[in-house]
Amino acid sequence: MVGLVLALVGIAMMVAAALRLRDYNGSGLVATIVGAVLVVGSLYPLVPAFKAFAGDRKRSRLLREDQLVPARRAAAAAREEAQIAMGYAAAAVIVAGLLLMAFANGGGVAETFFTKSAWDASFNEMIHAFWTNIWVACVSQVLVLIVGLLLAIMRMLPGRAGAPLRLIALVYCDIFRAIPAIVTILLIVFGTPLAFPTTANWPPEWLGIVSLTMTYSAYVAEVYRAGLSSIHPSQSAAARSLGLSYTQTLRTVLVPQAVRRVIPPLLNDFISLQKDTALLSTASIAEVVLVSKLWESNLFNLSPITLAAAFFIVITIPQARFVDYLIERDAARRGAH
Amino acid sequence: MAFLEIDEVHKSYGHHEVLKGVSLNVERHEVVCLIGASGSGKSTLLRCVNALEEIQGGEIRIDGDTVTGAGVDLNALRRDVGIVFQSYNLFPHMSVLENVMLAPIRVAGVAKGEARERAMTLLASVGMQDYAKSYPDRLSGGQQQRVAIVRALAMQPRVMLLDEITAALDPELVGDVLEIVRELANGGLTMLLATHEMGFAKEVASQVCFLDNGSILERGTAEQIFEQPREERTQQFLSRVVKSGRL
Ligand SMILES: Nc1ncnc2c1ncn2[C@@H]1O[C@H](COP(=O)(O)OP(=O)(O)OP(=O)(O)O)[C@@H](O)[C@H]1O
Ligand SMILES: [Mg+2]
Repeated sequence: MVGLVLALVGIAMMVAAALRLRDYNGSGLVATIVGAVLVVGSLYPLVPAFKAFAGDRKRSRLLREDQLVPARRAAAAAREEAQIAMGYAAAAVIVAGLLLMAFANGGGVAETFFTKSAWDASFNEMIHAFWTNIWVACVSQVLVLIVGLLLAIMRMLPGRAGAPLRLIALVYCDIFRAIPAIVTILLIVFGTPLAFPTTANWPPEWLGIVSLTMTYSAYVAEVYRAGLSSIHPSQSAAARSLGLSYTQTLRTVLVPQAVRRVIPPLLNDFISLQKDTALLSTASIAEVVLVSKLWESNLFNLSPITLAAAFFIVITIPQARFVDYLIERDAARRGAH
Repeated sequence: MAFLEIDEVHKSYGHHEVLKGVSLNVERHEVVCLIGASGSGKSTLLRCVNALEEIQGGEIRIDGDTVTGAGVDLNALRRDVGIVFQSYNLFPHMSVLENVMLAPIRVAGVAKGEARERAMTLLASVGMQDYAKSYPDRLSGGQQQRVAIVRALAMQPRVMLLDEITAALDPELVGDVLEIVRELANGGLTMLLATHEMGFAKEVASQVCFLDNGSILERGTAEQIFEQPREERTQQFLSRVVKSGRL
């Protein structure tokens, strides 16, 4: 019952949204088609809703005929269909609601965030600027992998001889995990050319890479360390008992097992690093957010900033899905034991 | 002079003294069994012989050569002393064959082809040749333990330490593993093993030591210890073991 009501509400809202969409687009063909598809889609919950009603009638009939077990089966099937109807109808209501919101205020919302002319005007410069974000992120990621590993190894050096280096690595990680990335960026990008005049000619992107590397290697060192110490000491004992040296044990037994475990958290840190390239805008580096802000103040319209958001979404989502895939695969492998 | 001499060994974790002066000799081709309650220090003693734990007092000698204290080449020592753990500890990221070949190649410097051949022969001797390509997580506990034994044997150790290697196994798998140890004993391998399989100990051990709270309370032949224990603690321990159906 609820499912049916929800389905009808969803249909009504979707029709309204489709009309707004068409009006907003001046009855453009694409908008009309999109609207029509959405409306047809919102009709879908009716199917399970009617199946649920049919199932319910079947149950009553079976009950009258005293067929208890088939009646129970029919009731369960009807309930399942009703739940499906509700689930899909709720989704239709949410989508339609979001669309209506986007066209609320006489198209004001759409105007503010999604103006096509503003996108057309800014697109070329924006994509060019976004390239800066990408290569800065990639170079930083490679450096972070190396520096992070060095820090992690320093933190795990054994014995008294390793103590001073262990302490240095510990202090480094603590400090750079404490300082907000944006502060490190400001200090490094603006400070380095003043403190070391020889670096005054360096492109600011290089300094941006240095500051992101400094921040993120502190995190990644922790990821490596957690991965290595998550391997049970009995593995190390088994390797040593066979006569393998400390380094051989690390290389052939511990690291290969740790790598698989650290890849998902490592990729998560990389995604976060990509997004933090946006912070370089505060240091006057011509990356995509800075450029979009310039366009925003030129056009008095936020749409270029939405475009920047879209760029980040497009490159991040596949990676996020990939991380999920890896995590699920590992979970499945563990479950198989 | 015995082949393996454990002389007044003391071992503490922090303030907790786990071994309180343990002395024990194992002759060449002799099999010595350690029995004792959980926590009495059996595993710790075996780990000390393999230098997986540092000792705080006493000395361990192998073939007359002191192998404890500063300056000892641990990697060389461990080539002579093999150990098999209660929990198998196979390397899960390597196949059975790779597990067995790792140390001969990396530590003993055996050529790959020869190492493979030797590994396959050893695996065949414990009936595991068909599983050479499998990964440990696909094997039963008993199969894993047989591979672990082979992995230690591949280094051709002069003495083997076995730490309750059947304790984690289902009863019907115990027999296979013990059969292998029996063959090793018959073949003249020197062994020091912690075990609760009294019947097995009677059969292979020339000496049984009852370890209680960090020291050896009583020692003798299997018949002596199991049938006429002198110490009250030994009697109590054995009656508990009998009650739990291990004898
Ligand atoms: N790494 C460690 N740190 C601190 N204490 C330890 C450590 N390993 C063992 N011990 C302690 O040493 C004592 C002896 O342990 P050990 O493992 O040698 O006993 P065990 O005779 O092998 O027992 P079980 O039959 O349960 O295997 C125990 O009290 C244990 O708590
Ligand atoms: Mg033990």
